[in-house]
Parts: sequence; structure tokens; C-alpha cells
Amino acid sequence: MTSAKIIGSVLGLVFTVAGVWGGQRLIEQRGPGLFWKGLTVLLLVGGSAAGLLINVPPLPIVNESIRNLFFHVPMWFSMIMVLLVSVWYSIQYLRNPSARLDILAHESAKTGIVLGMLGLATGSLWAKFTWGAWWTPDPRLNGAAVAMLIYGAYLVLRGSFRDDQQRARVSAIYNIFAFAAVIPLLFILPRLSGPSLHPGQTGNPGFSQYDLDDTMRKLFYPVVIGWILFAFWLTQVSSRFAFLQSKQDEN
Amino acid sequence: MRPETEPLPVPLLREITTLLAKDFRLEWRQKSALGGLLLYVGSTVFVCFLSFSLRGGQPPAPAWNALLWVILLFAAINAVAKGFMQESPGQRLYYYTLVRPQAIILAKMLYNALLLMAVALLGLFLYTVFLGNPIQDAPLFVANLLLGAVGFATTLTLVSGIAAKAGGNGATLMAVLGFPVMVPMLLLLIKVSKNALDGLDRSVSHQSLLTLLALNMLVGALSYVLFPYLWRG
Repeated sequence: MTSAKIIGSVLGLVFTVAGVWGGQRLIEQRGPGLFWKGLTVLLLVGGSAAGLLINVPPLPIVNESIRNLFFHVPMWFSMIMVLLVSVWYSIQYLRNPSARLDILAHESAKTGIVLGMLGLATGSLWAKFTWGAWWTPDPRLNGAAVAMLIYGAYLVLRGSFRDDQQRARVSAIYNIFAFAAVIPLLFILPRLSGPSLHPGQTGNPGFSQYDLDDTMRKLFYPVVIGWILFAFWLTQVSSRFAFLQSKQDEN
Repeated sequence: MRPETEPLPVPLLREITTLLAKDFRLEWRQKSALGGLLLYVGSTVFVCFLSFSLRGGQPPAPAWNALLWVILLFAAINAVAKGFMQESPGQRLYYYTLVRPQAIILAKMLYNALLLMAVALLGLFLYTVFLGNPIQDAPLFVANLLLGAVGFATTLTLVSGIAAKAGGNGATLMAVLGFPVMVPMLLLLIKVSKNALDGLDRSVSHQSLLTLLALNMLVGALSYVLFPYLWRG
């Protein structure tokens, strides 16, 4: 059991590092990137359709809402991934300042905000039908709210500068500071601050206990990859747009 | 700009103590700022007292706890906000030529920690005088309070530096930037102080206290690493 856990966390780490590295390559890619974009469309459309159609284990209360696993959870995973990419761009900016890296960090953070909003919306909808309330004072939910507040503050901070270089540097500092000080705690705090109703927390079974024949797992991982690729795609498009805009402003 | 390979003649510790002494001297000379802060704490406590006296005296323990931390949080934001903002750009440039940025952030954090500890203790004293004292485990409560003051100082010092760079409405921006970073810390602090209020066994609070300490160190280290980049502008 413990060795499986260690292997699991090592795999998770490798996946995260590879995701950040590969994500930057994909976001900055100059070509059309038809292959991975086609794969994204396939995974998202196919995954969503399959997520609504496959057989899921029948459970009391949760019932069919367990299908939210294929929507809500991948959104949070891709949010964390794209925010990590944003922080890495900010670190690169501090080492070697350029307007390009600032735009990339900003656009990745914006993608993260969009995905976070989607995650909150799907989670809230799920909570209404299983817990009976749109929002509860659950440690996990508090954490999600804090994450959104940080990036709201990041946008406010960016809006309060007139000088471009100053804005880029100071917002990169805040991005790194807030992310590093808070996000790791979102994973620790729910374990410390008492019982949580959220699936997979303090004695609440995650989906893996119910997923006896691994069908859900087989669908879940591809959908996660699809959403992460989608996050990179979104960032690529919005940062290309921002590059064009800044070029136009120069002329 | 100073070449980084050349060793500095003055050790870091000397720079920190000099800056710290300067901050205390400045504070002592402009007593209005310090007095304003104390009056702020005092009047908030008094307003709480007045509103609870309508309902016949002491508030219930959870409300007592929540109000104390809200008062301390806002006092901390007001106290730390003026740190970097009262310095003019010319003054900053002058410090830049004299000392290392690491010395500036460490001195500022230390100064803010001492200031906030004093404010927290005074606030607790006034609060217990006006609103009663339901604390059952006083040593743990005070230790937690001091740890909270240090935590507020480490977190808010870098944030106040960031807000000072943005100029304009510094205190508002500082609250916006500081709150989300402080929420995890506040959750832990309020939990431990609730345990101390209820007189629970100390082993219940151990893990939270350790996490708080680790969090303080993490935030301090991050500020230490990031501040030179902020200062360079």
C-alpha cells in the first residue's frame, strides 16, 4: 500500500513537471499544431459524450451525479497545471525580463481563472444536488475560494500600474509569492482543519473505491489530459492575440 | 549598481540592526502614527463593547474569538501599510546605495513583528478588560497570538512593499493582495485560539502550531528571495 502511494506521488510529480515543460512548448508553438489540437477536440468531445453515457456504479444520494468526475475534477487539474505554467513564466521573467514572458504569464493566469470559475460552477451544481446547498463552509471549498481571490488580486494589481515594466515585475513577484505561499497549503489544510465532506477527503471515499472494474478510471485519465491540452490551447490563442495587440500598440 | 562578487565591508547583521534602530527612532519621532494605531485598536474594541453591551455584556466565545482576530487583522494591515509607503522614492534610492536589499526586508519584517506583537498584546489586554476573559488556557492563547503577530508581519511586509510600488490607494490594494495570502494562516490561528479558549488538551493543537511555524518560515524565505527583485526597480 505505501509503496504504491510512493510510486503514485512520484508519477504525479513527473507528470506535473512534464506537463509544465510541455505546456510551455505548446503555448509558444508557432506552427498550427494540428495533431495535438485534433487530439484535444477528440478527447474533450468524446470524453464528455462518454462521460454522460457510460455505465457508472449505482450509489445512494450520489446517483448519476458521480459523472461530474469527468467534468469538475479535470477542470481543477488543468487549472493547477496552467497556473503552475504561469508561475514558471513569472520566475523566468524575474531572471530574464522581457515583455513576451510577462504576456505569457498573464495569459496563463487568465486561463487558470476561467477554468477555476468553471470548476467552482460545476462543483457548486454538484453540491446542490448531493449536499443540498450551493456552497458549504468546507475546507476544500474555502481553499478554492482563496485560490480565486489570489488571482482576482493579481488582476487588480496589474490594473494599478501605469508603467509596463514596473507592472510586469511586481505582478510576477506577487504571482510567485501568492502561489507558493498558498497553493501547497490547499492540499495540507483540509487534512488539518477537521472533517470535510468533499469526496476523497478525510475518510470520505474518492471515486476509486467504487470504481471496481476500472471503467471510470479508463475514461477519467484521458479526459484530464484533454482538459489540460485545452487549457494550453486557450492560452496559446489568447497570448497570440495579446502579442498582436502589443505589436499594434507599438506602431 | 554594485558588482555582486565584491564582498561588502559591513556584515548583514550590522546592517539589519542599524536599519531596525532607524525604524524605531523614526517611529518614536513621529508619535502620531503610533498613537493613531493604538487609538484605532482602542476605539474598535470600544465599539465592540458598546454593541455587545446592548445585549447584556459578554459576547459568546466564538464571537469573542472572531472579533478579536478581525480587530487584530485590520490593525496589522494599518500598521504594516505605512512601513514602505512613508518612504519617498529618493529615500529608497539612498538606502539602495547603502545596504543590501536582504537587510532591508529582514529589518522591516523584524520591526513589523515587534510592533505587531506589542499591538496584539495591548489589543488583547484592552479586549479582555472590556469584553471579559473566557480564555481557559492563557499561555497557549498568548503564544498563539504572538505567533500570529509574527505571521502577519512576515506576510504583510512583502505585500506592503508591492503595494507601495503600485502607489495610489496603498491601503486598499494591500488589503486586497494580503487577504488571500493570509487566509490559510488565519484559519490555523483561529482554530488554535478556539482550542485555547475551550481549554482543550494541548496535544490537539500541536500539529496546527507546527504548520503555523513552517508557514511563517516559508513566507519569510519567499520574501527574502523575492524582495531584491522588487527593490531593483
